[in-house]
Order: sequence, then C-alpha cells, then structure tokens
Amino acid sequence: MIWSWEYAWSVLPLLLDVIGTTLLATLFGFLIACTFGMVLAVLGRSRFRVIRWTVNGFIEFVRNTPLLVQLFFLFYALPLSLGISMSAFTTGVIGLGLHYSTYLAEVYRSGINGVEKGQWEAARALNFSKQRTWTRIILPQAIPPILPIMGNYLIVVFKETPLLAAITVMEMLSRAKNIVSRDWRPTEPYTLVGILFLVISLLLAALVSLLEYKMAQRQSK
Amino acid sequence: MGTTMEKQPQTAPETVDPTVAAAEATVPMVKYTDVKKSFGDLEVLHGINLEMAAGEKIAIIGPSGSGKTTLGRMLMTLDHPTSGTIEVEGEHLWHMERKGKLVPANEKHLHMMRTKIGMVFQHFNLFPHMKVINNVTEAPVKVLGLSKEEAHDRAVEMLRKVGLEEKLDVYPAKLSGGQKQRVAIARALVMRPKVMVFDEVTSALDPELVGEVLEVIKEIADEGEMAMMLITHEMDFAREVADRVVFGADGLIVEQGPPEQIFENPQSERLQTFLRRIK
Ligand SMILES: Nc1ncnc2c1ncn2[C@@H]1O[C@H](COP(=O)(O)OP(=O)(O)OP(=O)(O)O)[C@@H](O)[C@H]1O
Ligand SMILES: [Mg+2]
Repeated sequence: MIWSWEYAWSVLPLLLDVIGTTLLATLFGFLIACTFGMVLAVLGRSRFRVIRWTVNGFIEFVRNTPLLVQLFFLFYALPLSLGISMSAFTTGVIGLGLHYSTYLAEVYRSGINGVEKGQWEAARALNFSKQRTWTRIILPQAIPPILPIMGNYLIVVFKETPLLAAITVMEMLSRAKNIVSRDWRPTEPYTLVGILFLVISLLLAALVSLLEYKMAQRQSK
Repeated sequence: MGTTMEKQPQTAPETVDPTVAAAEATVPMVKYTDVKKSFGDLEVLHGINLEMAAGEKIAIIGPSGSGKTTLGRMLMTLDHPTSGTIEVEGEHLWHMERKGKLVPANEKHLHMMRTKIGMVFQHFNLFPHMKVINNVTEAPVKVLGLSKEEAHDRAVEMLRKVGLEEKLDVYPAKLSGGQKQRVAIARALVMRPKVMVFDEVTSALDPELVGEVLEVIKEIADEGEMAMMLITHEMDFAREVADRVVFGADGLIVEQGPPEQIFENPQSERLQTFLRRIK
C-alpha cells in the first residue's frame, strides 16, 4: 500500500497554507480578464479601422500562443528587454488576466451582439452620449445573459493557476513539488492538490449553476 | 420641388413678439434639399426636396420600399444622406460651416441638433431592463441634466397624457403592444423635440390596439406646437391628422398636397393606382 493517511494528513496543512495564493491569483487574474476583456470588446467595435485591427491582432496573437510561453516571456524576457520587473505573483496574475481577457472579449462580444439594433437607435434618438449608451443601455442588457459563461471562465482561470508554478510563484502545485522533493513521496501531495482543485471547481460550478437558475427565474418573471 | 403650404402653421402664442414670429415662420422647421441616399450600389432616394413648417403635421405615404423610413431616419440622424442637405430651423443637420465651407458634422454638432428631433419606432425599442418610469426619465436626467424630481414630474405628466400613469413601476415586458408604444411616445415627448418622426408606429400592433395609439397621437397633434412627420399606412388617420400628405414612390416625391386633394382628387397615375390598391 503506497497511500498513507497519516502522511497525507501531515502535508495537508502545508498545502492549505498556500491555497490563498491560488485563490487570489484566480480572483485578480479573472478581474483583469473581465476588465481588459471589456475594453477589447468595446474597442473592437470602434469606427476607426486601425483600432479594430490592433485589437483583433492582439486577440489573435494572445490566443494562438500558449499561456506558459507568455508567462515565461513576461517573467524572464520582459525585465531584460524593457527593464520592467515585477514579482512573480504580479507577473502571473497579469499573464493570466491578459490571456483570458481575449476569451472574455469574445464572450462580451456575443452578449453585445445579442442586444437589438433598435436599442442603439433608441439611445441615439434620445441623444444619449456614446458612453451613456454603453453604460446605461447596452451593457446592462448584454451582460446578464453571459454571466454563466463568464462564471465558467472563472473556473478555467482557477484551473490554470498551477502554470504560475513555472515562474516560481508559490501556489499549491509548487508547494506540493517542494514537499515531494523533500520526502520523496509523490502520491499523497499530488493527489491532495488534485482533490483540492476538484472540490473548489465543483463549488464554483455549483455557484454558476445557481446563478444560471436565478437568471432563468428572473427572465420568466 | 417647391412646396406650397395650403394650411398655415399653428399660430404662435401671444407672448411672442409678432415680428420675431414672422421671421421664424419664414425659416422652415425642416428642409431637405436634393437629398439622395444609397445603400451600397442601390440608390433608394433619388433627390428629395421637402419642407416642413414649424408645427406642421405631414403624413408620408407610399408603397413599401419607397424610402419613407429612410427619409425619417435621416432626420433622426440614424442614416446619413449620401448627398444633399437637411436643415433644421435653418441650421444644417449633417454638416457644419467651417471657414465658409460645409464640412461633415461632428458628434458634438449632431448632439446639439438632435435636441430638436425625436422619433417613435415601429418596434417601440423600449429599454427592457428599465421600468416604464425609468424608460421615460433616463434621458431627461442623463441627457438634459434635469434633477430626478423634475424629470419624474415631467415623465409622469407625459405618461398621464398617454394614459399610462398606472404603469409607472411595471417593466415593458408586462405591457401590451399598444401600451408599449404609448410609453415610447411619452419617452420621446418628454425631451420636448420640435419635430418628431413617427415611423409606422401602429404596424407592429394587433388591430384592436391600433386605435388607442392613434388616439394619443391625434391628441398630441391637436396641441399643435410640435411638427410631426407621420409615416403611415393608415389613410384615414393621415387624412384626419395631417395638414399635408406627401406621396412618395420609387425614391421620389410624386405628389403632395392637402389630404382632401390627395385622397379625393389624386393627379398622378402612381397615386391613383396606389390608392386604388390599398382600398
Ligand atoms: N440598412 C439598409 N441596407 C440596405 N438596404 C436598405 C437598408 N435600409 C433600407 N434599405 C432599402 O432601401 C429601400 C427603402 O427602404 P425603406 O425602409 O426606407 O422603405 P419604406 O418606404 O419605409 O418601406 P416600408 O413601407 O416597407 O416600411 C428598400 O429597398 C430597402 O430594402
Ligand atoms: Mg418603413
């Protein structure tokens, strides 16, 4: 028998000790993704072609290169080439955020396209400024239907946080790795990391379902 | 194309200096000059000349696809003319004067001009995420900068006018089509435009709901101050409300005149055929 409950029990606190890092990276990464994704979605509809092209170019570039490569670039290459250096955690959060902003931009785009053309026209006829049209008329209608999809991306971002281990962030996976290299017992630490991810993912998924349910209820009201 | 006005525009209130009133009367509320509009390669308006006096009610009639909606949308700044000019109270709508030359209007100019213009749409376009009252107060607060109380009072007054003061806290989804359209009318009226476009505002309604909406529009028309462009398929309504009826076909104004003349004594072949067909 390879599995020892006693040993598992002894390493669990060490893993829980850094779960905050994983959760914070998820939260901040997702917030950046949501905010910057919105900027990309709105600029992607600019009437200036140069802006649209730039935005779409950025989205294509980011989506078609691996997050891990982007993280390495931000953490190892950028400080050398531009002299910008940030902590591993900050770099990781920004990397996660930028990467997923391109996916959230797409989600916002579908939400925005779901708003009827007549809403823009009514806003114009009532002389709303561009900004007010976005904030008062379009986004309040575009976002509720896409909240569940956004929730799913929150889970995706959460599950991608172990990549930050590759740039020295001390999150759950790197902690597990350290334990393994100390004790030479890989089964328990890695299994526990898996279980912790599973539990939190399932919790988040349940929250998203609840949200979805509430939305459906509100619509039928 | 010259426009003879058979009916005088509504007289100005007594408080206005008669010389000022006379000067204003000579400047049309709206003036289209040689306006053409193409969508891609398709030219749908081939040079429209049309004037509306202050307070004048014109009905625009004509076959489907003749460009009636496009005409109204250009006034509301939703579509821009391919060539020609539109003036509102003597000021260019889609252009500004820069060093004696006409240049395309910027957003600021359009914003300023739009304060004079309103529109009611065929499909209402109410804001579904706002209660009826907020549909009506949103623009007065955010665009005109009225205080919440002032906007609320104005909005309630307008909703009373359209017979919906009981529905203030209801979401649009709960309203009938006729009620929705009346909210849309109140929402446009509350901005106090000088000219308002009504684009087939009853054609998306069940037949039994058409009457209540037309009734409201008639009442507004009777108040007189606002110029109205009534794009409509309701001939009885056009006859009753309009000072002048404009018949358009194939992207041109074919015939226009007072309702009696247009309906009793149509001159052009096109209009005669059109009227025969819709009877
Ligand atoms: N956005 C657009 N793109 C391309 N073609 C358009 C567009 N809007 C209108 N058209 C075309 O322009 C012509 C005039 O359309 P418009 O809607 O102004 O006609 P209408 O007189 O209002 O017709 P109806 O009585 O059916 O409402 C039609 O041939 C229409 O297909
Ligand atoms: Mg039309």
